[in-house]
Amino acid sequence: MSNLVATSENEALVSKTPRSWRGRLRAIYQGSEAVQAYTLLSPTLMVMLFSMCVPFGMMVVLSFWTQVGYDYDTTLSMGNYAKIIDGAVYTQLLLRSLWISATCTFATIFIAYPMAYYVAFHVHRRKAVWIILMTLPFWTSYLLRIFTWKVILGYNGAINSGLIGLGVIDEPLEFLLYNPTAIVITLTHAWAAFAILPIYVSLEKIDRSLLEAATDLGDGPVARFLRVTLPLSLPGVIAATILIFIPTVGDYVTPALVGGPNGLMLANMIQAHFGVINNWPGGAALAILAMIVVSVISVLYIALTRLAMRSIT
Amino acid sequence: MKNFARNISYINRPNRTLSIYAILFLAYLYIPVLFLPLFSFNESIYIAFPIKSWTLQWYRDMWNNEPLFAALMNSVRVGIFVSVVATFLGIFGAKAVTRYKMPGKGPVIGLIMAPLVIPGIILGVALLILVNRVGITLSLYTIALGHVLVCVPFSMATLMSRFEGFDRSMEEASADLGENAWWTFWRVTLPMVFPGVMASLLLCFTISFDEFILAFFLGGTDPTLPLYMWGQLRFPQRLPNVLALGACILVVSFVVVFFSQWLVRQDRD
Repeated sequence: MSNLVATSENEALVSKTPRSWRGRLRAIYQGSEAVQAYTLLSPTLMVMLFSMCVPFGMMVVLSFWTQVGYDYDTTLSMGNYAKIIDGAVYTQLLLRSLWISATCTFATIFIAYPMAYYVAFHVHRRKAVWIILMTLPFWTSYLLRIFTWKVILGYNGAINSGLIGLGVIDEPLEFLLYNPTAIVITLTHAWAAFAILPIYVSLEKIDRSLLEAATDLGDGPVARFLRVTLPLSLPGVIAATILIFIPTVGDYVTPALVGGPNGLMLANMIQAHFGVINNWPGGAALAILAMIVVSVISVLYIALTRLAMRSIT
Repeated sequence: MKNFARNISYINRPNRTLSIYAILFLAYLYIPVLFLPLFSFNESIYIAFPIKSWTLQWYRDMWNNEPLFAALMNSVRVGIFVSVVATFLGIFGAKAVTRYKMPGKGPVIGLIMAPLVIPGIILGVALLILVNRVGITLSLYTIALGHVLVCVPFSMATLMSRFEGFDRSMEEASADLGENAWWTFWRVTLPMVFPGVMASLLLCFTISFDEFILAFFLGGTDPTLPLYMWGQLRFPQRLPNVLALGACILVVSFVVVFFSQWLVRQDRD
């Protein structure tokens, strides 16, 4: 219903009907689009608030408590945070997680960009099929996609046994599994599909006449790409970076399956605090610190790339 | 876009290097995943080339595996519940943000989409704390709560594109012809966004069906299928069974997701 109709009806209500409470409420409801929108949105918002904001609030409170045996000492203290900041092992795990995620994010975007470019500029028929084909693996079981790399990279796995069978190597290559490299390979494969979509969308939005203008003004393919296409597709690249970097920092399935002892990441430590270590407040503090670090890095990254983009254009 | 498809300008002329890259990329995406089904037909319990003899043994074992079927039924129940609830919330949310002028639209959408950029482990831990402090026993319902949280953003995104895509004057016409808001929604809006609703249901079902991290934290004694599989990974001799099960799950997920994506995109482009 258009705005105009709503307001005229509203005026009719106000002038003719005797003002009852229900009438007044109805007038407010029908008069304001915002009220209608929020009414409609309220179930969704309430579920999101209850299952996201409330738990986060509780996690913050819990992180200031102290674990005593199976119970908590509920006096607020910074003890958990102090312990984490003092403990070298946490800093080391955090740095390793950030390093692995950054490498994997870079690798993913590096291999996904040409693919997105191809579909945006060189596929003219059945684009939808291409997009579905590229994103399909992303929707299938995460656990299985990671597990499959254990099968491929393993000591007796597909690569090693295949190469031995072909006579290329005599001994299995040990560097393939249970180290940070294995994590990077696995995560890059698992998230490749996710990087393509945002990059593709920003490439697709580029006005083709800008490219023709660049060509007419004498830019070759390389200069045209660097000066027009790449800067205009940066928003997609930034979105893809954030969408991959943040979840991979918090991944604990991949390190647990293919990482080995030297590939444990911060998330494994958080999980252990809620499991074998049984120190929930400590785990909560660790989770919050990890989130703060990741958010700060993401915000800095976005700010820096915005600045860089402004200086280019 | 259609014009460009017909008029292939010098910018859009075919590029052989990129075409080859595209094929290699698809191979890279799909070939690793194919190793699971391949080794599921291997008679040896060790994963190694060359495969000496082939068997259907592991699929036969699966058929008689009671705990596996129990886990499968748990996953299906959670999946159906989650997809219906998340899609229901997604319809209301998508209609509200696409049909009305509202203040604070950006932050609201940001809040709803937030689970996409929060690491799964942190969501899982936060929800575990909530459930624990409130005193709810961990069960399939707590898993479903976590899954609804991660499915709503996907449902909203799917449905918002659908709501934006159709002509608002249809709804206005219905209102002018005397239908009230409820019947307009039921008889005009819903049929128009129906492909989006179906896509959202299928997508949410697959996400919930495959989700592991939240289920790991929020699961009680009844496992879902990914939890069951995780448990089996500890026993090397059960590996072929896991491979067979994984192959089945992959095939089903591929079919369901392909269908849901096809529903979303068939009448665009």
